[in-house]
Amino acid sequence: MSDAPTAQAVAPSAAPLAVPRSGWHVATVAATHRETPNATRIELDVPGWPGNAAGQHLDVRLTAPDGYQATRSYSIASSGSSTRVVLAVDKLPDGEVSPYLVDDVRAGDMLEVHGPLGAFFVWAPAADTGDHRPVQLIAGGSGVVPLYAMAHAHADASDPTPFRLLYSVRTPDDVYFDDEFATLVDAAAPLQLDVVYTRRAPEGWATAPGRIMREALEAAVFPASERPRVFVCGSTGFVERVADWLVELGHDPRSIRTERYGGA
Amino acid sequence: MMEHVDGNAIAGPLAEFFTFDATMASGRCVGCGTVAELARAMVYRSGAGTVVRCSTCDTVLATLVESGDRAWIGLRGVTAIEVRRTPSEG
Ligand SMILES: Cc1cc2nc3c(=O)[nH]c(=O)nc-3n(C[C@H](O)[C@H](O)[C@H](O)COP(=O)(O)OP(=O)(O)OC[C@H]3O[C@@H](n4cnc5c(N)ncnc54)[C@H](O)[C@@H]3O)c2cc1C
Ligand SMILES: [Zn+2]
Repeated sequence: MSDAPTAQAVAPSAAPLAVPRSGWHVATVAATHRETPNATRIELDVPGWPGNAAGQHLDVRLTAPDGYQATRSYSIASSGSSTRVVLAVDKLPDGEVSPYLVDDVRAGDMLEVHGPLGAFFVWAPAADTGDHRPVQLIAGGSGVVPLYAMAHAHADASDPTPFRLLYSVRTPDDVYFDDEFATLVDAAAPLQLDVVYTRRAPEGWATAPGRIMREALEAAVFPASERPRVFVCGSTGFVERVADWLVELGHDPRSIRTERYGGA
Repeated sequence: MMEHVDGNAIAGPLAEFFTFDATMASGRCVGCGTVAELARAMVYRSGAGTVVRCSTCDTVLATLVESGDRAWIGLRGVTAIEVRRTPSEG
């Protein structure tokens, strides 16, 4: 694209939006909230939203006054029948869409969203699926969003399935849903949280900050012998590194589901 | 080389063609015969369109182009598509 628009140029126009095609909804921003120094949580009111499963995503479409459109996918942090839909977006400084969503979107703004999307990267309670295998969640950065939705749905259902979340973040300030995870860890549904800091660890943390390595991964996940279902989400590089190691550690590739966000 | 994502990322555009969630459908690759959910394929996006490749052998399974009020899908590397009629977990 020769004339790549700036984030400003793709801001929705004040003009009324056309009637959306099936699956497209006009969402109103109900609230925004700084999630981390680099990310914003966006709560949307979506009239007509049919509800969504934990782990699904939606597409956000922005239209510039000249008609240029940009569409990006965002995981949904919430699940269930509510028409209040929660996103959490990380800002890529040179990105087209995310700087606008993170810095400029305000309560009352309107966005077009398409969804819910994706039946592959979802978790539902064992009571519904009959699947009692333990569940290993592995997140890099903003990749925690759909996995948070799964952990939350797990707690809401008081589901007895053992859950573990391995969460790789740059620094303690970059943890998404920090308070919420503290609550989930104490809920009746079993959840163990392991955090790996890649740039700066909290004071007195036992391990030096650094990228997650195969040995650390092995130590923090359900062993292959327990046949866990595994959900891995984050940047493409992170997801591929982790998925390759899991297979080397004996995990069944069919039990590993991935969601690549793109980027580095 | 452009970074790829996976098939779940094109659930939105595919919803214009299929009445079911196509990312859960399994396709058979013309190159290597692998049968896998579309969600497991590799997806390369660019301004010109989207290319879907087999994650086992890299064969082009499908191409997708969206422009204005038109969308176009080619399925040149898929010899069969299987859908589950009842929801099931993997
Ligand atoms: C199914 C799905 C769900 C997603 N859910 C979320 C979510 O919940 N929260 C969230 O913040 N993002 C999520 N993403 C990523 C999101 O769709 C966008 O790719 C991201 O916001 C960047 O868009 P942009 O327009 O700002 O950048 P672009 O203008 O598209 O790209 C700018 C530059 O950044 C690179 N880049 C693109 N994506 C990334 C990335 N993820 N990390 C690092 N570099 C990148 C590009 O190669 C390019 O060089 C998801 C992606 C997919 C496919
Ligand atoms: Zn193939």
